[in-house]
Amino acid sequence: MLLKKTKLLLTATTIGLILYTMQSCKPRTAEAAAGGDAEKAYVAPGKYDEFYNIVSGGFNGQIGVYGLPSGRLIKIVPVFSQFGENGYGYSEESKPMLETSHGFVPWDDLHHIALSTTNGEHDGRWAFANGNNTPRLARVDLTTFKTVEILELPNSAGNHSSPFITENTEYIVAGTRFSIPLDDEDGDVPIDTYKDNFKGTISFVSVDQTTGNMDIAFQIKTPGVNFDLSRAGKGISHGWFFFSSYNTEKANTLLEVNASAKDKDFIMAVNWKKAEEYVKAGKGKKQAVRYAHNVLDESTHMTTSTIKTEVLVLDPADCPDMLYMIPCPKSPHGTDTDPTGEYIVGSGKLAAIIPVFSFTKMQKAIADKKFDGHYDGIPVLNYDAVLYGEVKKPGLGPLHTEFDDKGNAYTSMFVSSEIVKWNVKDLKILDRVPTYYSIGHLSIPGGPTKKPYGKYVVAYNKITKDRYLPTGPELAHSAQLYDISGEKMKLILDFPTTGEPHYAESIPAEKIMKKQVKIYKIEDNNHPYVSKGEGQTKVERKGNQVHVWMTAIRSHLTPDNIEGVKVGDDVYFHVTNLEQDWDVPHGLAIKGGNTAQILIMPGETQTLKWKADKVGIFPFYCTDFCSALHQEMQGYIRVSPAGSNVPIYFHTGKKPASSTAATTDTNNKGTN
Amino acid sequence: MYKSILPVFLFILCFTFLIACSDNAGSGTAESKTETTTTADQEVHPDMIKPSEVALTTPLNATWVNAGKQTYDLKCQSCHKLTDERIVGPGWGGITSKREPAWIMNMITNVDIMLEKDPEAQKLLEQCLVRMPNQNVSKDEARHILEFMRQNDGVK
Repeated sequence: MLLKKTKLLLTATTIGLILYTMQSCKPRTAEAAAGGDAEKAYVAPGKYDEFYNIVSGGFNGQIGVYGLPSGRLIKIVPVFSQFGENGYGYSEESKPMLETSHGFVPWDDLHHIALSTTNGEHDGRWAFANGNNTPRLARVDLTTFKTVEILELPNSAGNHSSPFITENTEYIVAGTRFSIPLDDEDGDVPIDTYKDNFKGTISFVSVDQTTGNMDIAFQIKTPGVNFDLSRAGKGISHGWFFFSSYNTEKANTLLEVNASAKDKDFIMAVNWKKAEEYVKAGKGKKQAVRYAHNVLDESTHMTTSTIKTEVLVLDPADCPDMLYMIPCPKSPHGTDTDPTGEYIVGSGKLAAIIPVFSFTKMQKAIADKKFDGHYDGIPVLNYDAVLYGEVKKPGLGPLHTEFDDKGNAYTSMFVSSEIVKWNVKDLKILDRVPTYYSIGHLSIPGGPTKKPYGKYVVAYNKITKDRYLPTGPELAHSAQLYDISGEKMKLILDFPTTGEPHYAESIPAEKIMKKQVKIYKIEDNNHPYVSKGEGQTKVERKGNQVHVWMTAIRSHLTPDNIEGVKVGDDVYFHVTNLEQDWDVPHGLAIKGGNTAQILIMPGETQTLKWKADKVGIFPFYCTDFCSALHQEMQGYIRVSPAGSNVPIYFHTGKKPASSTAATTDTNNKGTN
Repeated sequence: MYKSILPVFLFILCFTFLIACSDNAGSGTAESKTETTTTADQEVHPDMIKPSEVALTTPLNATWVNAGKQTYDLKCQSCHKLTDERIVGPGWGGITSKREPAWIMNMITNVDIMLEKDPEAQKLLEQCLVRMPNQNVSKDEARHILEFMRQNDGVK
């Protein structure tokens, strides 16, 4: 018995000691390590994150904005898709933003983010994003986090290689994933005439430095390959742009096999300064096309959609020394330039190495004409003449590369599901960490700029599996945050995302937070249906349209009793939010509305269109909990039969003494 | 008997170390983190208006009365009647004889501070149950509104 007790004592002491040693403020086991490092992602309640993380939402057509290092979701910006949450794409003001040459297209696949830059560094003005499916580019204003402009792209299909940006935001680009017959040609051709009839294009879209407005400066017609991704040169390579391509085989069926036949595809180098010269010299040809250009005016709060009918196209056959092909192993996906602009990293999805090209060597090879023939008339540079070196055995399935501030590169490996850190100068692999699971893009704050912050890298993964509590067949996409401030990468946070993130960028909080718009000044509201004060509220009939000038303030809508509407009328509620205080939006929803609610920011006017489809009384109310009397913020609209003679009548509170309509109302009621 | 208690005691002892240690590690890192994050920027309010700053003169300044009415129509009318009837907020009829001029102007320009500190403002909130919004009115505009209120109360 005593022996047994002693044994127990010893065991207990041993376990205790082991536990103590394990927890002696220096975690040693894997589980404890994750716990300890997780503190680095901890942002205390009431404190702010260091970075805004602007994340593409992929097939949700939105941008998600997260704080780093906490991974907290702080905003969803609807871009290419309707958003019932705030009425984007439903309100009369925002519907034109989703107009295209195909009409209203309320969805797209948003893949990549490009934050505006000055001198190659983030300047916090705008975020650009691409619509992949019905080719479009969008601009989000980073003082309001609103989509303020969308430009459709003609001669394009599958706008994947976009919206990468030059170092002073001179241009954002758009390269075609799908080659197609150009818009002014007869597209009614057999698909197997691909090699003869299908072309790609690269669009250079200029950005007005004051307004931010986008305009297609010129397009370059290219061979019918598939452009995948791109990056602008910077520093010494400023003036050049690099586009990865696949399917240089020009296959039009079973690309999985047929576009992977060749040992090497191309990174296409574009000398865009040269292209500008050709444009000036009149080498471009004007082509008849149709594309929509949609712009929000923040003074009227209205979006205008314009159809444009012309684009300027450069043909490489007329423009020598503008394009060169760099051979790159096996269907390159990412093509990324390092912070100095000297090194161009190609990531061949199916390659066993990562080639690093030298811009200086490329210039020399061009000068020395070290060409290995031509591809559709475009010089193909000799691989060895432009190669700086190869990263050997990096892992499987390299996709994208970002850079830190210490001369290191970080490449995402889809197939082997890891991030590999390597040194750009000596091409030696320094570290590797697993991701969960199958990483696509990765992002370092400032990673694509001349000034990376090099503190964190985020992995955006394609497969989630067991990372979170299971939620049926469809799972949130997972992201992981790693601390890269030391020699070894350390996993510090695992967080779910919205949609399917592709590329993302992060920018220091102080570059954006100080310039946030908090309210729209009501004095500056130039909406054609604004009510500047309750004294201007009214209801007017124009044919079968009824316009309601309505105001919202805590906690009533004016007018809140409306009569004289008839079945078949289109009723436009033009609601002005009279509040002038931050974070006091009001909303409006009405029974039977087949659009969505609208959310109106302080000082803004938004319009909800509602069809009166039945006789009866229809309630409406404020949808955004605004005050203790929010639940009282409501009203009624009376719908009478078509042809009845109930006059237009409205009020809030006591019936206005001047209103005669109120007294004659019942007498005048129609009989049908 | 003591022998059977000892292991338990040892266990508790070890566990205490464990908690103490991880607690330290936690708070230490958390604190260093807060230093690197930016602090919340405060709402900007004009300075509180002192009674000595507001001089009332007659006859009324007609330009101010007019400007005050315009701001009233745009930003105040929704909640304040010109009679003494309360709708969302108290009616303005008789207000200039009930309240000090500086108090009125502070309610307009510094409403959040007033609701936080001023007992009279707090009483009104209890009655109305809707916080008076900050309507982004400048000090000058508030003075114009005051002039309009005086006219509304019959001052010539």
